[in-house]
Amino acid sequence: MTGSRPAPAVTPRSAFYWSSGQDGTLRIARCQTCGFWLHPPRPVCPRCRGRDVAPEPVSGRGTVWSWTITRHRLAPDLQPPYVIAEVELVEQPGLRLISTVVGDDDLTVGQSVSVAFEPVGDVYVPVFVP
Amino acid sequence: MKVEEQAVISGVGWSQIGRRLHRDPLELAADACLAAIHDAGLTADEIDGVSTYPGRLGSTPGITGAGVDDVRSLLGLELSWHTGGVELAGQLGSVVNAVLAVGAGLAHHVLCFRSVWESTAQDVAAGGRAELVAASSHESVQWGRPYGAGYATYGALALQRYLYESGATRAQLAQIAVVSRANAGHNPLAVYREPITVADYLDARMISDPLCLYDCDVPVDGCIAVIVSRSGSPADGAKAVRIEALGSASGVRRSADMMWARTDLKPSDVDVAELYDGFSIYAVRWLEALRLVPPNETGAFVESGRQIALDGELPLNTGGGQLSAGRLHGYGPLLEACRQLRGDAGAHQVPGRPDVAVVSSGAEHFSSCLLLRR
Repeated sequence: MTGSRPAPAVTPRSAFYWSSGQDGTLRIARCQTCGFWLHPPRPVCPRCRGRDVAPEPVSGRGTVWSWTITRHRLAPDLQPPYVIAEVELVEQPGLRLISTVVGDDDLTVGQSVSVAFEPVGDVYVPVFVP
Repeated sequence: MKVEEQAVISGVGWSQIGRRLHRDPLELAADACLAAIHDAGLTADEIDGVSTYPGRLGSTPGITGAGVDDVRSLLGLELSWHTGGVELAGQLGSVVNAVLAVGAGLAHHVLCFRSVWESTAQDVAAGGRAELVAASSHESVQWGRPYGAGYATYGALALQRYLYESGATRAQLAQIAVVSRANAGHNPLAVYREPITVADYLDARMISDPLCLYDCDVPVDGCIAVIVSRSGSPADGAKAVRIEALGSASGVRRSADMMWARTDLKPSDVDVAELYDGFSIYAVRWLEALRLVPPNETGAFVESGRQIALDGELPLNTGGGQLSAGRLHGYGPLLEACRQLRGDAGAHQVPGRPDVAVVSSGAEHFSSCLLLRR
């Protein structure tokens, strides 16, 4: 990948996610009533409809659910090739993030990865490493 | 009486369809809509409903060539009911809504259309598609932005996961693109008509591994329209296509299950399948969701290309699909299904005129399907 990673659009709901890496910890929204993790973060738990949803630290460990090497220019600021991976966090089946895996472009589905962060402007973009 | 029995597809029409036509999109919409009205044996004065997907949008230039009000004012229609929106049950949700409106007695003849102008819009917008996607403000797009994700990313991730779960190979699934292209060769409306082989597919430029160029549908300019009329009305003539069952649930599998729950017909009764193929993997998902192929067995099913060919046991995307005929967003498959059932598909007519066709549109949580018969 060449070119600088574009900064995400930070909204009041997503701000905690993009700043979470400041202390090296990934945080995900979690229902404080029933314990369900939800991503993207929303103000209501889709399982119990509880309104008490708050960010909580996660282990940062996960597995590669699927992955792709982008060859064709899909984003204005990034020059292919680059990897995009969908990572399922160990905390909950189906808790999956769109991210990337750096330092390995020959991934396998199911492979274990763990989170790292890349500073981009004022935010910390979660990426994964093998 | 179920609502499907109260409506028929009484007419179909289409405009010129092609790449970078640089024609006024309203002209294309008028061509398709007036052709469909004429085909139904109606006049524009008799149209009292309009339904479209996605209608006028502020973002993503070209995704809509004409909206509800464009067509109302363009054709001087006096409407008792209309709808257009992006959050329908897939692109064919616009037809589902028309069936419901006719069934509820809100309209007698609903003009349903899908108008696209993407090819010219991309030509006009410097930089093309990447900028169009980047300009989208939808939250789901923004979450992928730091990683450079685009629409093709999601097709690629779905395909990679399917290859892993099913054990299918790219060489097997290549037949979806190869057979679609062979069918397009018989369809004068299709934009890409030169045959391709499995070897061509495997050599094709990668868009996002393992998704290659031939797995992606092609943006076009054009419009397709159908008329949904009340059963038993004068428009319900010999050419009318009957709606056996509809599925409009949130999700491909749920839509398919809903559709089958509304009919006594079975997957084995389907003579021809016109399935949404924005990316070829979506056609695979629909094949399995509709229970036309057992889960994870599409690779083996399509491998020879014979089963899904025009003269095969389950002809698939007989006009070329969106992969080769162009992204008319569900309306291409719908037009093709109607023409097959009417027996007027010309050189790409399935032998022995089919009785039952299934059409699908959409992916993920925006999806719909229709079981049609003559």
